[in-house]
Amino acid sequence: MALFPFSAIVGQDELKLALEIAVVDPSVGGVLVFGDRGTGKSTAVRALAGLLPRMRVVTGCPYHCDPSSDPMACPWCQTATGPRVSSEVSVPVVDLPLGATEDRVVGALDLEAALTRGERTFSPGLLARANRGFLYIDEVNLLPDHVVDLLLDVAASGENVVEREGISVRHPARFVLIGSGNPEEGELRPQLLDRFGLCLEVKTPQDLAMRVEVVKRRTSFDRDPAAFLGRWAQSEAATTTRLSEARGRLREVNVADAAIVRAATLCQALGTDGLRGELTLMRAARAAAALAGDTEVTDAHLKQVATLALRHRLRRNPLDEVGSTVRVERALAEAFAA
Amino acid sequence: MDPLDVDARWADAALAIELLAIDPWLAGGVVFKAWPGPVRDQVCAWVTATVSGPVLRLPLHITDDRLLGGLALTQTLQRGEVVLEKGLLGQADGGVLLVPMAERLPTNLTALLAAALDQGQLTIERDGVGGLFPCRVGVVALDEGLEDEATPVALSERLAMHVDLREVTPRSEPSRQPDATRVVAARARLAKVEVADALVEVLCQAALALGVPSVRSPLLAVAIARAHAALEGRVAVEEDDVAVAARLVLGPRATRLPESAPAPDDAANDSPPPPDDERDGADDDGGPGDEGPDVSTAEVVLAAARSAIPPDVLELLTVGRAQRTGPRSTGKVGAARASTLGGRPAGNRAGVPQPGERLNVVETLRAAAPWQRLRRTDASSRRVEVRKDDLRVKRFVQRTESVVIFCVDASGSSALQRLAEAKGAVEQVLGDCYVRRDHVALVAFRGSLATLVLPPTRSLARARKCLAELAGGGGTPMAAGIDAATGLALEARRRGRSPLVVMMTDGRANVGRPGSHGLSPQEEALRSARLLRAQQVRALFLDTSPRPRPQARALALEMGARYLPLPHLDARVVSSQVQGLTEAK
Repeated sequence: MALFPFSAIVGQDELKLALEIAVVDPSVGGVLVFGDRGTGKSTAVRALAGLLPRMRVVTGCPYHCDPSSDPMACPWCQTATGPRVSSEVSVPVVDLPLGATEDRVVGALDLEAALTRGERTFSPGLLARANRGFLYIDEVNLLPDHVVDLLLDVAASGENVVEREGISVRHPARFVLIGSGNPEEGELRPQLLDRFGLCLEVKTPQDLAMRVEVVKRRTSFDRDPAAFLGRWAQSEAATTTRLSEARGRLREVNVADAAIVRAATLCQALGTDGLRGELTLMRAARAAAALAGDTEVTDAHLKQVATLALRHRLRRNPLDEVGSTVRVERALAEAFAA
Repeated sequence: MDPLDVDARWADAALAIELLAIDPWLAGGVVFKAWPGPVRDQVCAWVTATVSGPVLRLPLHITDDRLLGGLALTQTLQRGEVVLEKGLLGQADGGVLLVPMAERLPTNLTALLAAALDQGQLTIERDGVGGLFPCRVGVVALDEGLEDEATPVALSERLAMHVDLREVTPRSEPSRQPDATRVVAARARLAKVEVADALVEVLCQAALALGVPSVRSPLLAVAIARAHAALEGRVAVEEDDVAVAARLVLGPRATRLPESAPAPDDAANDSPPPPDDERDGADDDGGPGDEGPDVSTAEVVLAAARSAIPPDVLELLTVGRAQRTGPRSTGKVGAARASTLGGRPAGNRAGVPQPGERLNVVETLRAAAPWQRLRRTDASSRRVEVRKDDLRVKRFVQRTESVVIFCVDASGSSALQRLAEAKGAVEQVLGDCYVRRDHVALVAFRGSLATLVLPPTRSLARARKCLAELAGGGGTPMAAGIDAATGLALEARRRGRSPLVVMMTDGRANVGRPGSHGLSPQEEALRSARLLRAQQVRALFLDTSPRPRPQARALALEMGARYLPLPHLDARVVSSQVQGLTEAK
């Protein structure tokens, strides 16, 4: 099925920025998108697949290992004989379908091989397929808690350890976790919120011109996806180039001590727990600078990403009338006024 | 209902089915609000006769593996190799799924249907198999919900057309039949139908004027306008097509009346006008006429939509609950079902299934698989040899969900000085319930009746909103309040949850039930309290009066409730009491 092009999505700038940051620096640690129905949450995430820069992998490896990685870290590369051959593939964006069972997520004994040949082999799951890419969970708040726990654990450690049915496998599973959901369907356990790097709330556009444009583009895409994609190919290609340039520039972006102090002050003012807030804020700001083509993290970049990185890390007072977005903005105004 | 209106409804039903049948997936589907009976049967018969693809019924108790598909057990065992089978969604590709009692659709099924409607294909990753099926289905939801129940919004918002047949008399003759040949011709023409930008704008504008929040709705309206043009033999969308789309798609979704709309006569007489804040919203969004493409077309479209605005919109506006978008369905049936299965799945264990336990077939096969070669005495046999040691049983974690029902006295005697404090306490408890994943509900009584302010929910955002809007003043209809709480508690119990009622009042009843037989309001309250106790519902009674009174204590005693005089209502004490009671199951 054809995917709606990323650059043709109308508005939703914050959502696009968050996803672009995750592409430029996967270490920001995942994106959580909450919002109203019909705002294009899943459309935007799925569209990512169309514009990710391609990557080099070891041919045949089910975990798409980097050819320059240590072969001993991967159960397939370990046992592979002969020289490592590499090829280029697109970065995986794996959709975790609703109703997926645990054995397919983590991987399990290969039923067919066992039944027909009596072999005990490991059949890699979705986590293997998502290695070095993105794992997308729509309706993350409807997923059973134990599966969410498992995903967050693997996402944080970068390694999937399978111990079941007499199988013992550990394989690399580094991926960016993207979750989306509608808070009215049930909220995500608060403990899980700050395990995501960036968090945002999308709203339905109330502006007529914007809504008209959304409907026009979507209608024309539905009628003839191929022609629509053709019209947007150039702008998609431009986005891809911009992303891979930003990725290349990331290492050159300088983070001055002053910026770190700024970030720490902001987190202190907001009373965020732990250091994850500062770390994510700095990484996101660096990625934002790289995206903007700058070589130095400035206040502007910090401001741009502060709500994304901090809004879900505030001390929980679930009944506070003032939304956390507003609290972050207030703290921002104070921190940068000084 | 007026015979003319009945004819119009029949015509709309027939038209909706034709529009659906052109391309069920593109239209998403239809929600028919209808009581079980000849009218609904007629609609189902029409769907089956008009849709060219398969029309399959979706039973509400369907399991994930039957809906999605997965391992075909019989073939897998016979052939000794993994065979994938399609579920109901895959089988319905190109056709329609009929969902009876859609208002009871559990959250997990809703989400699966929504995913299929969004993507037109279905990815499964279950029980050792994975695959991708085309799944271009439409959904016909048969909604027989009473006022409080409706098809889950996550589903209904993806189904383009909503037709209300509840007032169509069972004996009335359909004014027209769907025409299958017209549908076939329209299908061939659909790809060529063009729609002018100005008309797209008209639909978007109408959606805003009617307070339809989702962008999906105008999108579906455009699709329906195109389908209607195709049906009428045109290759360009005209005003008429857009009007039909507004009537079938936008009108029924309205949450406010468009600016220029005259209020419906019957409703205008006994209802005050909508609150000001609702009106303000409409002003900002710019009614028709700002720089609208064609004012007359916009008017025609709005008029068409108006004819389909649900009659209770005005009423809802005055109650301030127009945005009833919350999922009353959150886990409704799901919770009940989970409890009969014994909670949420939590892995497997080796062993022979005891009565009431379920065998996990796939895990059992996995356990048996590595031994097949050794066990087969006949090398050519393909039979799978399963031994007792291989058996695996599904494990479930037993966890009944709690529902904390707050029954708050919002009357003059209690509320005026205490309501703010009561709110504070409720908020504190809400926050804790949220962390514990309990459901909360709120009943308030004042004036002459008790109202369900917040149906059981886990959504904090909604709870907060409802609480903030809670007003105080008036008499104290204690009996009505207790009755409402009892009803809610019993309903929660039927759904497999364990209820806890928290009464917050000063215990002084002064408004009786209508038709009371010479009982004083206080005596009536005591009777209601006894009824609550008879149902063995756990309860907590918080005396909110400045000085504890004997009435309140007596009431608590009749209720079998734990009595807490709280001269200065302390939110933390309340919260710890609630926690103590919900955990003592």
